[in-house]
Amino acid sequence: MAVSRDDVRHVAALARIGVAEAQLDALVTELSGILAHMEVLVQVDTTAGAADEPAGMPLAADEPGSVPLARAREDGAPKMRDGFFLVPRLATHDDGERSA
Amino acid sequence: MTASLLAGAAAGIAAAVQAGTATAVALVAESFRRGREVNAGRDGLNAFVSSDEDLSRALAASAPCGGPLAGVPVAIKDNIATTHLTTSCGSKMLQGYVSPFEATAARKLREAGAVLIGKTTMDEFGMGSSTEHCAFGPAKNPIDPTRVPGGSSGGSAVAVAAGICPIALGSETGGSVRQPAAFCGIVGVKPTYGRVSRFGLVAFASSLDHVGVFGRTVDDAALALEVIAGPDTAHDATSAVRESPALRHVARDLEAMIIGLPREYFPASLSAEMRDRCDRAIAALRARGAEIRQVSLPNTALAIPAYYIIAPAECAANLARFDGVRYGLRVDSDGLVGMYEATRSGGFGAEVTRRILLGTYVLSAGYYDAYYRKAMQVRERIRQDFAAVFASGVHALFTPTTPTPAFRFGERSDPYAMYQSDIFTVTANLAELPAMSLPIGRVAGLPVGGQVIAPKFAEADMFRVAYALEAELGQAAHR
Repeated sequence: MAVSRDDVRHVAALARIGVAEAQLDALVTELSGILAHMEVLVQVDTTAGAADEPAGMPLAADEPGSVPLARAREDGAPKMRDGFFLVPRLATHDDGERSA
Repeated sequence: MTASLLAGAAAGIAAAVQAGTATAVALVAESFRRGREVNAGRDGLNAFVSSDEDLSRALAASAPCGGPLAGVPVAIKDNIATTHLTTSCGSKMLQGYVSPFEATAARKLREAGAVLIGKTTMDEFGMGSSTEHCAFGPAKNPIDPTRVPGGSSGGSAVAVAAGICPIALGSETGGSVRQPAAFCGIVGVKPTYGRVSRFGLVAFASSLDHVGVFGRTVDDAALALEVIAGPDTAHDATSAVRESPALRHVARDLEAMIIGLPREYFPASLSAEMRDRCDRAIAALRARGAEIRQVSLPNTALAIPAYYIIAPAECAANLARFDGVRYGLRVDSDGLVGMYEATRSGGFGAEVTRRILLGTYVLSAGYYDAYYRKAMQVRERIRQDFAAVFASGVHALFTPTTPTPAFRFGERSDPYAMYQSDIFTVTANLAELPAMSLPIGRVAGLPVGGQVIAPKFAEADMFRVAYALEAELGQAAHR
């Protein structure tokens, strides 16, 4: 199944990855080429036979313990203040202030 | 004395340190000397993303000297969390990042007396089969530096193959330990899914990810796996019911063992030289008493398409956490969404971006059933193929690890051609089976590997086959 430039723009937006217009054609070619190899899966009849849903792994009890940290988690974060991660303002915050 | 010790078995190093005839500090010094000798640095083999001799000497000075890996220098892939050196996953996204906590596998090595000598070069976030997709440059094959060492755990394979350390940790999602082990002429093991804790392994595709080990010999790999295996309350997907396997005391003969040869792994396209090395290994298995039986895994041809749907889908979800808020790189831009997009496009390389987009596409509305659901159903078929063969009385399977020896840098620029490098290895990840590669000879002067696959949690049988094959081939395994 060939993907279009719009498909690439759409999934890039979903994945929160900035893709420049100049990159689109190359990504269309690459993704379409890869997906062409996946078409063989569509031909597989999975309606017959034993259960096709994976049985999954037996899991341990969900009893998480605390993880001792060798250093503060702030050390790995881009920006923090007063124990909070700092992020840019959302555009909707600005809209809310204007309408208030 | 220390140089010859480092060139020998990991168990011998530990015995010498336990007996007081060698010290961990001297072994670390020898390891770094060997690294300089083989030019393992950035302008040479580029085995390491980060290493620090002073730090490693300090770690050695305080290492316990009574454990099974006392004083053994080890390298660890850069996606396994350590509280010293980086955990950058070979990515600009985490360049210079130092983890605040330690992976269970790394902790177990440390507690057994092993000493960290460096974090190794890898394809970014484990996505690749050559280490060409590392943000900090590719590692090079020590047998022929014009060729790739394999990937994604290429740097760990290089460190062991070049004699810098006898043991290294890697990780696997589709063959990232076994394939570089084959390309570099060493042993690489992927245990059963759940055998080794993934706590502290940076997630790529959680249902396929494994921590694995490299060793120069089968025994080195067995020793390392014995140390890191076992239940872990810190990680829910680690098997809670099976204790660490005893791998080093298995029988060295193959009497009463049936070893299957799946015909799909010996296609007509396999070169005559590869076929010849496999035939020699099969003869060695027979000489040790194994019964050889032809078998079939009929859905093998579907493994690569299924894998390259499932793995990117899981990667798209797992790598959503790298958004410039809590870890590593942030690229400021207009507003919060602009910052997310600028950070992720600036931090991820081409292959990671491609897989995230592919994974997002196959999970998106209208395509989920056609791709992801179908791939999961095919994965179950592949599991059932293996289950049927093992239920028929076959104890283990033997195959080539890769279709070819190591290829040259840049030779596989088409993404799907690169994905084909994993054609014989992805099935064990999809079916969650233990599998390992060990040297079975050379083709055109380059190492090639043979793969042993066993039923779930049957690592002892897998190692029994590997020990016997290694012993029977002897030096022929490296010719």
